[in-house]
Amino acid sequence: MNAVKEIRFSQESLELIEKMIKRYPEGKHKSALIPVLHIAQAEFDGWLSTEVMDYVAGILKLEPIEVYEVATFYSLFNLEPVGKCVIEVCRTSSCWLMGAEDIIRHLEKKLGISPGGTTADGMFTLKTVECLGSCGTAPVMQVGAAYHENLDLNKVDNLLDKFRSEGNRKCYTDRITPDQK
Amino acid sequence: MGKKILLENDHVPGIRGYDVYRSKGGYASVEKALKSMTPEAVTEEVKKSGLRGRGGAGFPTGMKWGFLAKPPGVARYLICNADESEPGTFKDRYLMERIPHLLIEGMITSSYALGVKTSYIYIRGEYFYIARILEEAIDEAYKAGWLGTNILGTGYDLDLYVHVGAGAYICGEETALLESLEGKRGNPRIKPPFPAVEGLYGCPTVVNNVETIAAVVSIINQGGAAYAAIGIGKSTGTKLISASGHINKPGVYEIELGVPVEEFIYSDEYCGGIRNGKKLKAVVAGGSSVPILPAGLILKTAAGEPRLMTYESLADGGFATGTMLGSGGFIVMDETTSIVKNLWNFTRFYQHESCGQCSPCREGTLWMEKVLRRIVGGQGALRDIDLLWDVQSNIEGKTICPFGDAAAWPVASAIRHFRKEFEEYVTHPEKISDVKHYYSVNNLPVA
Repeated sequence: MNAVKEIRFSQESLELIEKMIKRYPEGKHKSALIPVLHIAQAEFDGWLSTEVMDYVAGILKLEPIEVYEVATFYSLFNLEPVGKCVIEVCRTSSCWLMGAEDIIRHLEKKLGISPGGTTADGMFTLKTVECLGSCGTAPVMQVGAAYHENLDLNKVDNLLDKFRSEGNRKCYTDRITPDQK
Repeated sequence: MGKKILLENDHVPGIRGYDVYRSKGGYASVEKALKSMTPEAVTEEVKKSGLRGRGGAGFPTGMKWGFLAKPPGVARYLICNADESEPGTFKDRYLMERIPHLLIEGMITSSYALGVKTSYIYIRGEYFYIARILEEAIDEAYKAGWLGTNILGTGYDLDLYVHVGAGAYICGEETALLESLEGKRGNPRIKPPFPAVEGLYGCPTVVNNVETIAAVVSIINQGGAAYAAIGIGKSTGTKLISASGHINKPGVYEIELGVPVEEFIYSDEYCGGIRNGKKLKAVVAGGSSVPILPAGLILKTAAGEPRLMTYESLADGGFATGTMLGSGGFIVMDETTSIVKNLWNFTRFYQHESCGQCSPCREGTLWMEKVLRRIVGGQGALRDIDLLWDVQSNIEGKTICPFGDAAAWPVASAIRHFRKEFEEYVTHPEKISDVKHYYSVNNLPVA
């Protein structure tokens, strides 16, 4: 994706991370690892490169391996580059019963990619995910923090147009909760 | 019309905000507990209420609180389990999104009962926007003096934080949740020691589900006896049911425990019947982990009694003919549903979510998924059905956490009740349509 770019959190993120660490008892700053990885993913193009993980390890005074083992365990962390807009479609149980496969097939066709793939223009990444906890409004997909529910093919088309028109959106930035206190 | 406790004010405009919530009697339980009750008396009311864990296991909440070790000078923690990930379950999301202050009030009252000074709400990563709603509500509660130091001038201090996970079903298991909250992989711990003795950071810890904590509010306001008067037998109070699948009115319903299953499915007050005029084929009554039951056995027990929405009635007949209330994730399937494909879908979920720590679960879920994929792909043999049975029976009870059971039960129950359908799949593969499609959708190489 981007060429060599210095990996450095914004001042705003650094302040947020400071606050995050204070939520946990003295010496238990490792608890902030997952929240900090979310911030890192949002800030550094939607995925966690080894360089980013090493940087996070340094910030939290952890061994790099402690960061790798967590980043590789949790589904929400991308370990490869993604598009500007990551579409995560639920494929489990009720969503499956209510037609998730049609939604996925449609997205594959429209975007010309399979789940896990990214469009050549770097705009969209398509992912299939497990139960999003939205079974009563199935089928559903998540983009950033937003849930798009009761999907049908028409709705999906409209959403794709909307995402495209937002062009330069940075995926996942809406996933960071600013600490209000 | 059943009695509503948790969702009583669900439709009041602005109930998400502090002022409206407070005007509806919000935070009265904190006032009552902190000003007029000892922590032990609060716990006693919860014991009297008969409240059982609403996350799925149904363990008596008061008893769980009673197990909490209280060594002097050692911090204790209350963790709210908001890692709602059981397929078919979305009630906690509904409650937190609409009435976040009910959870926060319950957390304060419960933390007081347990002598806890720092509490966390561990919420699944995908629920980012709900984490934001909770943080706003927590902020309001701090400003109004319900959190922080010297709450209501009683000398009681409490801090409450939201902790966002990152996508892992296993973190709903309480010891995996604690590992995750400590910034590690969500690998469940070997028990004992139980969290009540060694939990978060090695300190005594209680982990309770969102709905469980929210129920404490009414129990303290109205008294444990009043709560216990609702429901039937040991299934006291109300329960949030997440209804989904082939029904006319999917959504979250608060029921008094004891509503007949038939009424729940067909009454317009609840699911409103099967959509498109189809017939009922099967129900998964308590989230994907509990045994699937065919229509006949979900509506009536093997003895011909009406099946009720209670812990006991749903379990009547054991696993031979019964199931579990579980999380209340009520998935309804109509006559067009392929039980075999549905099971493959479930099993793929468990294969994906196994933490990989215990061999029977890591390897077993993998093999079950492979065998089911083979059957669904029209390449199965009759012996595969026995193989599936064999694999699931070698997972159940052989892992350190209940995930293994949760992965095995759907397989066992589907074969137990729908064996003929599996046999049909392997003896008449030509009847299976669009095989390639099922491969591609699941991102698998086309056979």
